[in-house]
Amino acid sequence: MTKTISDVICPFCGTLCDDLVVTVSDDGTKLLDVENACAIGAEKFLHSQASDRVTRPRMLQEDGSAVEVSYDEAIEYTAQLLAKAKKPLMYGWSSTSCEAQSVGSEIAEQVGAIIDNTAAVCHGTTLVAVQNVGIPSCTLGEVKNRADRIIFWGCNPAHAHPRHMSRYSIFPRGYFTGKGHKNRKLIVVDPRTTDTSSLADIHLQVEQGADYELLQALRAAVRGQELTGDIIAGVPKAKVYESAELLKSGRFGVIFFGMGVTQSLGKDHNIDAAIMLTKDLNEYTKFSIIAMRGHYNVTGSGQVLGWQFGFPYSVDLSRGFARYNPGETGSIELLKRKEADAIMVLGSDPGAHFPIRCVREIANLPSVCIDPHITPTSEICKLHVPVAFVGVEVGGNCYRMDNVPIDSRKVVEPPEGMMTDEEFLRAVNTRITEIKAA
Amino acid sequence: MADEYIIRNGHVYDPKQGIKGDVMDICIADGKIVSKVSGKAKEIDATGKTVMAGAVEIHAHVAGPKVNEGRNYRPEDKLFTCKATGKTRMEGGFSIPTTFRTGYNYARMGYTTVMEAAMPPLYARHVHEEIKDTPIVDQGAYPVFGNNWFVFEYLKNNEETNVNAYISWLLRVTKGYALKLVNPGGSEAWGWGKNCDGVHDPVPYFDITPAEIMTGLMKANEQLGLPHSIHVHTNNLGNPGNFETTLDTFRLTEGVKPNNKFGREQVFHHTHVQFHSYGGDNWGNFESKAKEIMSYVNQNKNITIDLGCVTLDETTTMTADGPFEHHLTELNHLKWANLDVELETSSGIVPYVYSPDIKVCAIQWAIGLELGLLAKDPMRTYITTDHPNAGPFTRYPRVFGWLMDAKYRNERLSTFKHSEKVNDATSLGSLDREITLYELAQMTRAGPAKALGLTNMCGGLAPGMDADVSVYNINADRLDGASIEKAFSSADQVFKSGVLVVDNNEIVAEPAKRTFWVDVKVPENKQVERDVAMKFLKYYSMNLGNYEVSDHFAPHPYVIEVDAS
Amino acid sequence: MDTVTLTMKMQPELYMEAETISPDQFAAKSSEEIGALPVYMGNEHHTLSDFFDISGNPGKTAADTKIVVSGDLTKVKYIGMKMTGGEVEVLGSPDMYVGAWMAGGTIRVKGNVDSFCGMGMTGGELLIDGNAKNYLGAAYRGDWRGMQGGRIVVGGNAGSDLALFMRGGEIIVNGNVDVHVATHAEGGTVVIKGNAKSRVGGQMVKGDIYVLGEIERMMPSYKYIGDEEIQADGISGTYQVWIGDLGERHGKRKGETIYGKIYLKVKDTGKAAESVRAARKIRLSDDQKKQIKDAFAGKEPGVQEVRAFISDTFGIDIKPMQVSRFIDEMRRKE
Repeated sequence: MTKTISDVICPFCGTLCDDLVVTVSDDGTKLLDVENACAIGAEKFLHSQASDRVTRPRMLQEDGSAVEVSYDEAIEYTAQLLAKAKKPLMYGWSSTSCEAQSVGSEIAEQVGAIIDNTAAVCHGTTLVAVQNVGIPSCTLGEVKNRADRIIFWGCNPAHAHPRHMSRYSIFPRGYFTGKGHKNRKLIVVDPRTTDTSSLADIHLQVEQGADYELLQALRAAVRGQELTGDIIAGVPKAKVYESAELLKSGRFGVIFFGMGVTQSLGKDHNIDAAIMLTKDLNEYTKFSIIAMRGHYNVTGSGQVLGWQFGFPYSVDLSRGFARYNPGETGSIELLKRKEADAIMVLGSDPGAHFPIRCVREIANLPSVCIDPHITPTSEICKLHVPVAFVGVEVGGNCYRMDNVPIDSRKVVEPPEGMMTDEEFLRAVNTRITEIKAA
Repeated sequence: MADEYIIRNGHVYDPKQGIKGDVMDICIADGKIVSKVSGKAKEIDATGKTVMAGAVEIHAHVAGPKVNEGRNYRPEDKLFTCKATGKTRMEGGFSIPTTFRTGYNYARMGYTTVMEAAMPPLYARHVHEEIKDTPIVDQGAYPVFGNNWFVFEYLKNNEETNVNAYISWLLRVTKGYALKLVNPGGSEAWGWGKNCDGVHDPVPYFDITPAEIMTGLMKANEQLGLPHSIHVHTNNLGNPGNFETTLDTFRLTEGVKPNNKFGREQVFHHTHVQFHSYGGDNWGNFESKAKEIMSYVNQNKNITIDLGCVTLDETTTMTADGPFEHHLTELNHLKWANLDVELETSSGIVPYVYSPDIKVCAIQWAIGLELGLLAKDPMRTYITTDHPNAGPFTRYPRVFGWLMDAKYRNERLSTFKHSEKVNDATSLGSLDREITLYELAQMTRAGPAKALGLTNMCGGLAPGMDADVSVYNINADRLDGASIEKAFSSADQVFKSGVLVVDNNEIVAEPAKRTFWVDVKVPENKQVERDVAMKFLKYYSMNLGNYEVSDHFAPHPYVIEVDAS
Repeated sequence: MDTVTLTMKMQPELYMEAETISPDQFAAKSSEEIGALPVYMGNEHHTLSDFFDISGNPGKTAADTKIVVSGDLTKVKYIGMKMTGGEVEVLGSPDMYVGAWMAGGTIRVKGNVDSFCGMGMTGGELLIDGNAKNYLGAAYRGDWRGMQGGRIVVGGNAGSDLALFMRGGEIIVNGNVDVHVATHAEGGTVVIKGNAKSRVGGQMVKGDIYVLGEIERMMPSYKYIGDEEIQADGISGTYQVWIGDLGERHGKRKGETIYGKIYLKVKDTGKAAESVRAARKIRLSDDQKKQIKDAFAGKEPGVQEVRAFISDTFGIDIKPMQVSRFIDEMRRKE
C-alpha cells in the first residue's frame, strides 16, 4: 500500500509550486513518485532517496579525505568556531525554512557575525534598486487574472522556472483573462534566442551589457521623447518605439526579470531603470514588476532578516547592532578582501558560484558547510554536516518570488538519526550560549 | 506560579471603575488584578506617580508584508538608529522599527496590547510570523475585507448568510481579529489603475459601491456579534475636500445598533480621521474640517474614531489604499512600493517628510490635535498616529504633551514657518482645552479596549482583569509638555499579565505573548465551501489546502469564541 | 591650530573601524583620553592607543584641531566620519568611508582611498591625491539625499557610481571615471578631466556634468542641443551641450523644463573612443588542457583543486560547472 499526499510545495525554485502530489510508502519512509512537478523539482524530491546519501557529519582531513564524526562533535566544532571568531560570516540561507533562518539570526547576534544570503550573488542588486526607487508589484495571481502585457527581461523561465509560464504568466486563464495566452502580448529582452524568446511577439535582442541604455531609451520613448541614434543598444529605434506603444496600450502589464539584468554591467542600475519604467507606465495603464527569484526561499531569508534587523541581506552584526552596505558587508567583498575570519555556509553552494579568490578564502578559513548534498562547498569546508531536506523531510515556512508565504510540508521521514538544519542550529546556539557564559 | 505584587500609593486613573487619580494600591496575583495579596507580595512604591492599566493600541501597522517591505527598502531609516543593548535582541529602525524594537518600545511606553491594522489574507502567515517575533505585547490582526471578491459577489446578490459564513471562514483560516476595510472598492479598482473617489462610485466590473460594501459588512458584523465593529479607512483619504466623503461614510451608520456580548457600543470604527477631515479643493486653500467631523461624531454614539496625529517627522507611509500611495509618490517623487494581492486587496508604501516648514504638513498636524480636543466623549476617541503613516508610535508621548499642555501646543503652533496660515486654516489656536490624565486613560486604555470588545480583559484595573499595569513618574501637579513626554516615553514599571516586564525604565522580562483571534461558529454552508474551492482552483495562485495559517504560527493563541450558529 | 599625530604601530589583524579619528572626537581631550577612544575590529573593542602612537595635543574645538595619521592605513575604515571642522591629513592609503557624512573641515589624503568616501557629505573639503574607488560622494543605500554640499577633489581616477543621488556640492576628478556618473542626481556639479565610460548622467533630474576627455558611450536618452563657450574648473573651451535624461521626470522653472546637462569638451581631433565589448566566455586552449592533464595525471582531482590550478597557472577563473565537465572529459579520454 502507498499513501498519496496532495498540495505539496516544491522546494526548488522561487515559483514555489504548491500543487504537487507525492506518493510515499505506507510507513512514510520511502518516497515513490512525484506528480505535477517539473523535471528539476521531481529530481529534488527523488534525490533524497539516493542510496549513496551522506547521513552523518564528516571532517575534512589533512590528506583531503573525510572522516565521519557524530552530530555532537559537529555541534561542538561549529559552536567553537563561531564563538571564537572575531568576524564570522554566516552565508547561504536560501534553501532552508524561515524557522531555521530565524535560529541562524539568534546565533549571528550572539557571536557578532555577518549574516548574508544568496541574494549577494543574484537578486541583491534588485534589493538595492528597490531601496533606491521602490517597486510597484503584485502577486502572481494578479498576473494570471489581469495581465495582457508580459515582459521577460534577462530571464529564461522555460528553463529556469519551468512552470512559471503555465501557472502564472503566459498560458493560464484568469478572471479577466478568459482567453489565456491569446490576449497576452509577450516581449522578451535577451541577447540570445531562447525557448522563451521563441514565444515572443517582440524579441528585443539587446546588445550584451546595454540593458540600462535600452531601458532609459524605452522610458524616453514612453514619454514621447526623441532618441539619439538609429540603433539603440543593439535594437532598431523603430522597434523601441513600437515596444513602448505596445506596453502603453495594455490594460495590465508585468515585467519579469532575471539574472541577465541583475548581474550584467550596471547591476542595480538596470533594475532601477526597469522599476522606473514600470512606474512611468502607471501613468498610462497598470504595470507591475516582479523579480524571478532563484532559490525557493531566498525571498524568505530577506523577509526574516528584514523584520529582525531591518535589512534584506548582507547584515553586519559585528558591532552589536545591525548595519548594511553591500559593497562592504556582502560575502563576495568580505572574502575577497579577507575581512572575515571564519565561515559557516548553510543552504547554498558558494563553492560553485563564487569567484575563485573567494572560494580559496573559504578553503583557508575555519569553515562549516551544512547541506544535505555533497557540493563543491562541502568539498572544501573543514566540516560537512548533512541535514534533512527542507520541504521533503521536514516542513517550514517559505516565501515565493512575490513574497507570498507558503508553509512547506514534510512528506517522508529522513534517514534514521539525521538532524534537521533547525535542530542542528538550535543545538549550536545553546552550546554557544554556554561557551559565552563560561 | 507568577509572583504577587502590590503597587503602593500611586495616583490611580482607571475609567473602567471611574477612579480619577485617587491614591490607592493595586494588587497583582496569578497574572490578574486582585483586591488583595499575601504578605509575600513584592512592593512597588508609586508614591507621587501615576498608575494606569497597560495601554491598548487600536490601530498601527507593525507586522506583515508592507511593513517589512518598508523596513527592507529603507536602510536609511536604520542609519545611526540601531543600538547595541546586550541584554535584549538587537534593535533598529526609526519609523519602521524591527519587530523586536516594536515590542520593546511599546512595552517601554506602557502599552501591552497592540493591534495590527491591516492583514492581507494571502499574507496572513507572514503577519503571524512577525507577531511571533514581536516580544511582550499581546497582538491581533485585522484581515482586510473591503476589496475582497467573495464579499463583493455575496453583497451584490444580497446573500447575507453566505457573507457571514465567508467572514467566519476567513477569520478562522487567517487567525484574524476584526473586519478591516481600506478604501472599500477603491483598492480593487486600483488593479486597473483606477480608484473609487466617493462612497457611491461603483467598483469597476463588480457592480457594487463602497457604500454598499461598508453597509453590508457592518450588518454582517452585527449579525455575527463580533468583539470589534467594522474598522474602516474610507475612500478619498488625504485629498482636500474629502470631509464630505467622510461624513457620507458616517451617515451609513444611522439607525444601525450594536449587537454583541462584549460590551461594545459602536457599530463602526473610523480610523486615522485626521487624514479624512480636509476642506478646500486644492493644496492652496486646504483647510481643517475637524469641527464638522467632530460635531457628527459627538452626536452619534454608535461611532468611534482614532486620530492619526501628525508628529512632524520623517516617516514611511504605508496603507492598503494602493491608489493613495501612487498619488503620494507623484506629489513627493520618493520611492514607491506597491503590492496588489489577488482577489483581496492592494497596498503601497512611500516615505514622507512632514516638515514643519511646509504649510500643509503643519495644518495636518493641527487637525489631528483639533479632533482630539473637540472630542466630547474620550471613550470614543482614541489617540493614534496611524503608525507609521502620520508618525512613528514612539512619538505618542509627544502627542500626549501637545494634547495635555496648551502652552506646549501653542509654542509649536506659533513657531511654524507659516503659523499665520495654519491659524487661518484651523481652529487649534482657539482651543484651550487640556486633556486630563483621566481622559488620557480613556483615550488610550479603557476606550480602545471597549471598542475592541476587550473591556473585561484589558484597559482597566478592576479585580479579575489581566494584570497589565503601567507606572509613570508623573502626576497631576506637574503636567507640562516636556515632563509628560519624558514620563510616558519610558514607564518606571510595566506589568504584562502580572509579569514585571519593565523595571526602572528597562526591559527585564519577555514572557510569552498572546495572539488574539476570533472564531465564529456559523451554520454549515456548503455553498460557500464550493465557492471557495472554485475560486481557489480558478483564480488564486495558491492551493486552498495551503491557505490556512497553521497553529504553530500562533504558539500562544487566545481565541475569542463567538456563537452565531 | 593644534596638531595630534597618530602613527600606526601595529597593523590590525582584521579591518578596523576608527570613526573616532576625527577632530570632533579629539577636541579638548588629553592624549590619554584620545588614546582611550574606542576602535572596533570585528566583534572586539580596542582603543586607539592599541594601534597608534599618539603625540601632540588637540585644540579646544574641532575647528582648532588638526590630526595627522600615518602608517599602513589600508585596513582602517571611517577616518573623519561625520567631522564638522578642523583638519585631517592622512599620510597613506586608508580604506573605506573616509569623510563619510562629513559636514565641515578638510581631509587631505596623500594616497588612495577605497569605496564610499564622502558618502552623504554635506560640507567641507575632501582632497584625495591618489585614486578613489566606487561610490565616491554617493548616497547611503536607499537614501535619496546623496552629497548635498562641500567639495571633493581626486587627483587620480575614480570608480563607478560617482555622485550617486547628488543634490549639491562639487566633485572634481582629474583622471578617468568608471560607469555611472551622477545617476539620479538632482543638483550639484561633477567635473571629469579625463575620460568617462558609459551611463554618464543616467536618470539625472538636474545638475551639471563636465567631461573634458571623452565619453565612450553617450546615453541614448540625451539630446545634443548645441555648443557653448564656457569654463569648467577654470578650463575654458568649446563644449557640446547635451540635455537629459529624457527618460526621467523634470521640474519646471518659469514655465521652462529644467534638464540635467552634460558639457562635453570639443576635441581638436574629435575621434570617438572604441567601445569595449563585454568579455567573451573563457575557454581553455588545447595546450592549457594538456598542461592540466599532465599536472593531474594518475590523480582523482576535485573540482576546486583543478579550478585553483587553472587560476594559478593561467590567471583565469573558470566556473565550477565547466571545470567539472572538463574533469569528466579528461576521465573519458583516459
